[in-house]
Amino acid sequence: MADSVKIDVSHANFFYGNNQALYDVSMRIRPQFVTALIGPSGCGKSTFLRSLNRMNDLIPNARLQGKVQLDGADIYSDNMDVIDLRRRVGMIFQRSNPFPMSIYDNVAYGVRVNGLAKKRVQLDQIVEKTLTAAALWEEVKDRLHRSAMSLSGGQQQRLCIARALAVEPEVILMDEPASALDPISTAKIEELIYNLKQNYTIIVVTHNMQQAARISDETGFFLTGRLVEFSETKKLFTAPAKRETEDYITGRFG
Amino acid sequence: MPDREHTSKHYEQQLRELKDKLLLMSHQAEQMISDAIRALVERKPSLAEEVIQRDDELDKLEIAIDNTCYEVLALEQPVARDLRFIATALKIVKDIERIGDIAVNIAERGLELIQEPELKRLVDLPIMADAAQKILKESLDAFVNSDADLAEKVITNDNIVDDLYEQIFRELLTYMLEDPRAISRAIKLIFIAKHLERVGDHSANIAEMVIFLVRGQDIRHATRLDRR
Repeated sequence: MADSVKIDVSHANFFYGNNQALYDVSMRIRPQFVTALIGPSGCGKSTFLRSLNRMNDLIPNARLQGKVQLDGADIYSDNMDVIDLRRRVGMIFQRSNPFPMSIYDNVAYGVRVNGLAKKRVQLDQIVEKTLTAAALWEEVKDRLHRSAMSLSGGQQQRLCIARALAVEPEVILMDEPASALDPISTAKIEELIYNLKQNYTIIVVTHNMQQAARISDETGFFLTGRLVEFSETKKLFTAPAKRETEDYITGRFG
Repeated sequence: MPDREHTSKHYEQQLRELKDKLLLMSHQAEQMISDAIRALVERKPSLAEEVIQRDDELDKLEIAIDNTCYEVLALEQPVARDLRFIATALKIVKDIERIGDIAVNIAERGLELIQEPELKRLVDLPIMADAAQKILKESLDAFVNSDADLAEKVITNDNIVDDLYEQIFRELLTYMLEDPRAISRAIKLIFIAKHLERVGDHSANIAEMVIFLVRGQDIRHATRLDRR
């Protein structure tokens, strides 16, 4: 377990048409770790994140060179089932985006689409289990059939996490999952991330460096499309190896 | 290496003020040690009294520095080098404050010794005082200039001060063996030598923190093992 790798990215170059967004990025993401990606806007961290479940496929003229392996299998190979890949590698966005349906149906949606539950009882169980895992069950158990839109922003975000968990992913990608939330909801999301890592591999993009420091085991610092430094979070925030990292995390943006 | 400035000018200013206060405090502590020894060698009670009084100011600076550190920790959440700087400040402020206390102790023993006839002409003690002050000064210079190499030198040179202490101790022991009337004065001189030896230890502590500050590397236990 000590050296095992969940996602192995090697020599990734990424292009939006003629614009290169990532330069020779290699990163080994370890299972049951929270990996944080930090860096200024436009540094490539979100591009990198989206390349891990091929979300970038939807952008015209976008292409990746290099290799991204999930459990040793190349996710960009022709025989990779992209739908299954995105089930295994779920994603949470900055703005929570619940479907305009009930709380219950939001969570059940992916389960139904993927045919993961045979009976109603089974579906009920999955909904309860995942809402509990997303630390939302106690707050919504009495109003499961009310619209998801009636929830607060923080609750909506946890609902989206529950929806992602319902299809039993292995990896969860999060792009600024708490940046639109108040401190209480943020703390709940952070606590949730901490608890989820026992069962999932989590990769979080965040502009909030203190948040990266609080929640992650390892941190990668991106600058102008390059991975400048990738190391243990404790080390990166106390004694980073690279001067660029030091300047960025201490607020010397000059 | 020249530091780039923080984008937040206010934060930059706060860290600079903290450094200035530490420099002021360390300069005062250095001066107190030097004056306490001079009061004894030149038999000047008024200078010894003055050293004792100056300790209050050092204590006030210690509290001010501590408070600034807590403020920066609470308000700016420093990381990396800034965090190491605050941690270093919080630790070395204690060493500098202790050096001030040591100066007071030397001044007090000096006041007592001045009232009695000289046991002997003081030769080795001023040499030891110079050695201790030299490494104290170097440890503080290392801090000011973020000079880890100089800090390493301080840690090595602490041995010189330790050796001088042993030498003075043995010499004063012979005085005590020869004449029991010398015992009280000899013991006071041994105390002073021991105090100077402690100045060396505090300087070495400061030097160790400087290495941590610059290199992000904690060498305290390794150093202690090397010294044995």
